[in-house]
Amino acid sequence: MNKLQIFTQGLIKNNPTFVLLLGMCPTLGTTSSAINGMGMGLATLFVLTLSNMAISMIKNVIPGKVRIPAFIVVIASFVTVLQLLMEAYVPALYAALGVFIPLIVVNCIILGRAEAFASKNGVLSSMLDGLGIGLGFTLSLTLLGAVREILGAGSVFGMKFIEGDGILMFVLAPGAFLALGYLLMLFNKMNARMKA
Amino acid sequence: MEYFIIIIGAIFVNNIVLAQFLGICPFLGVSNKVSTSMGMGGAVTFVMLIASIAAYLLQYYVLVPLGIEYMQTIVFILVIAALVQMVEIILKKISPSLYQALGIFLPLITTNCAVLGVAILLVQKKYDLLHSVTYSVATAVGFFIALVLFAGMRERLELEDVPKAMRGVPIALVAASILAMAFMGFSGLVKM
Repeated sequence: MNKLQIFTQGLIKNNPTFVLLLGMCPTLGTTSSAINGMGMGLATLFVLTLSNMAISMIKNVIPGKVRIPAFIVVIASFVTVLQLLMEAYVPALYAALGVFIPLIVVNCIILGRAEAFASKNGVLSSMLDGLGIGLGFTLSLTLLGAVREILGAGSVFGMKFIEGDGILMFVLAPGAFLALGYLLMLFNKMNARMKA
Repeated sequence: MEYFIIIIGAIFVNNIVLAQFLGICPFLGVSNKVSTSMGMGGAVTFVMLIASIAAYLLQYYVLVPLGIEYMQTIVFILVIAALVQMVEIILKKISPSLYQALGIFLPLITTNCAVLGVAILLVQKKYDLLHSVTYSVATAVGFFIALVLFAGMRERLELEDVPKAMRGVPIALVAASILAMAFMGFSGLVKM
């Protein structure tokens, strides 16, 4: 696999949300608007790229038996860095995303990539993999957030294009499940058509 | 009264899965059968209770006195991971039957964001120890109820003729949406 393929496979072929179905909690919990979804995606991208980089650097000194706790410590450290940075520079977004920022630690995408990719590959490849998967995650979250915002509030990225309220349900909890369910269906249909 | 509000709020109004979106992975992953979902619910209840007590003690007797609250995320996740391992070892020794019942679910719980989520939330809400215990048990009961109800729905869905592109997770998400809508009927029951 060349470097470009490593980067692009996370966008569609191995899209973390629509294909691998990982990281469902932030996917559903933070996508009440496009901007929140994008913020969460970028936060995950940051941690994923840096943790992949760090883990691929230290993979040879970690004994096999304690590798999972070691990975978790690395990931948790980067999440803490991110928390402090966000609290300082984007406090509004930090407040909107709330408990989901510290919960990036238990996002299965990050530990999954550490175990499946970064612990076996070089530094540059691992960073590209992190960037690709992170970007795929950001795109899917932004898409889901945009769909929910359009239906729920009649706006995209805060810009209103219809008068009055939207279908409030799409901003609330049930709409998250519903929108993701139907987006997944569309993705499945597209995949089936492309294969045929 | 205060405890009653916490309990109703955590089980129904702010249900951990259906309103707060924590613990979606086990919610979608182990909800194919009612019996396995009960096992998972039991294991989560157990771990959540112990983890929240540990989180409370750590926060107020270690992190705050030392002035290193920013280490919260790292400390909590490590303690929860270690705790799950310990619970597994202890259960194996003292209650093999319970271990048999919960065994396979325990390692999965480390990456269950509901457990870490509750630990962080109860610090954010500034609960004292008794409130924390009440909150975590009620949250776990809410998780249990949502999981078992959802598993019941999915057992039915297995038998239905679902369009091809909707099979599996998409239809499950739509079902979860309807369940979440039903739970929204509880909102306004208590003021949180």
